[in-house]
Amino acid sequence: MNARLPDITVVVTGVANLASVLAAWRRLGVTPHVTEDPDEVRRADRVELPGVGSFGAAMERLRETGLDAALSERVDAGRPTLAICVGLQVLCDASEESPGVTGLGRVPGTVARFPDRVRVPQFGWNRVEAPAGGPLESGYAYFANSYRLPVAPAGWTAAITDHGGPFASALWRGDVLACQFHPELSGAWGLGMLSCWIRGEVAPGGDR
Amino acid sequence: MITARIIPCLDVRDGRIVKGIRFQGLQDAGDPAERAAAYEAQGADELVILDVSATTEGRRTAAETVRRVRDVLSIPLTVGGGVRSVDDARRLLDAGADKVAVNTAAVRDPSVITAIAERFGRQCAILALDAAAREGGGWEVVVSSGRERTGLDAIAWAREAVARGAGEIVLTSWDRDGTRLGYDLDLLAAASSAVPVPIVASGGADSAEHLLQGLRAGADAVLAASIFHYGETTVGEVKAYLADHGIEVRR
Repeated sequence: MNARLPDITVVVTGVANLASVLAAWRRLGVTPHVTEDPDEVRRADRVELPGVGSFGAAMERLRETGLDAALSERVDAGRPTLAICVGLQVLCDASEESPGVTGLGRVPGTVARFPDRVRVPQFGWNRVEAPAGGPLESGYAYFANSYRLPVAPAGWTAAITDHGGPFASALWRGDVLACQFHPELSGAWGLGMLSCWIRGEVAPGGDR
Repeated sequence: MITARIIPCLDVRDGRIVKGIRFQGLQDAGDPAERAAAYEAQGADELVILDVSATTEGRRTAAETVRRVRDVLSIPLTVGGGVRSVDDARRLLDAGADKVAVNTAAVRDPSVITAIAERFGRQCAILALDAAAREGGGWEVVVSSGRERTGLDAIAWAREAVARGAGEIVLTSWDRDGTRLGYDLDLLAAASSAVPVPIVASGGADSAEHLLQGLRAGADAVLAASIFHYGETTVGEVKAYLADHGIEVRR
């Protein structure tokens, strides 16, 4: 009936809880493949880097395994790569969460903590305002984070969300998509985004 | 702006939903996976599964229940009940929970919160705090499903748990749980202003109006079981009511 969707290669970094990520792909009819091997990450058609603990722990693990270079190459080449939560953050230069730790530096900017006047962590559903023509449409997404990229970085298209001021809730360039929210936990809207991205399609557009 | 969350709670024992009054007198109310999918379709923002099994065998069933629910669920899932260690937390996270709630074990040994937060991140480390009003004011922590009063001040314990790594608090009024009299609003207000992390109101809600009161008192999310289980109202109807009263919800 349907053409088989491309498989997804999910990067394990040792500390991530993958059950929700893998279950979401299976619901979409996509077979997830899990790896920690940088060469597999280089060869794979589509790669996901799920949210993983703290910025410092995630970077340490990426460096130990050699995944840092493999992921950077994919991002620079604009090859299909999906980074979630801390996955978005490690693409940046640095984070206030782990002073002195260098990120992958693919996205210019430093990740900073939310201001004290709002609830931290940001736990729950918040509005994502996305410009048309990208892999996601505007809607509500589920967030679980204490840190975020407070500005839209140069060279990337950004979706914006407000929690104590605007921050970049998603970034894309070529087939690289990075989300601060968790699409695998964002109900039908999140599954819609995953489905769009894995097919390399543009979101239908218009607000939900 | 972050929206107010509506969180149905499934009390599960031996793979079936039960709902009791003051944690006792349990009645059967259905299959967890079926109910979970129905709640997501109604617009639930998250789901909590509280395992009320009393035995090791029951706990193994709980992990299997979590797996079955995860297969059909695309919203966050918190699981609590009998979590005593990082290993217990890992088993539930591997099965498909996104967050684990610790209650009695954290009171006995607060380092379990730190251990879970350090291992899995503080977004996974939820404190389930059961509080009972004290004569002369304030609240004390109760544990072991309400059987034991600890003498520990509930607000001070909330602060300590957050300092130790708890990312969210599910705050249950033991006086109100199962009574359908509404949340303990003073307790919610006190906890909400004492800690920076989100507070999930629990215990006593019987109507959309009760949920509205809880959110206005300072809760970031409201948890309810019986008002949804017996088909008296849907999550969608509750959200429409809250939106009409100026609360921002996801619809």
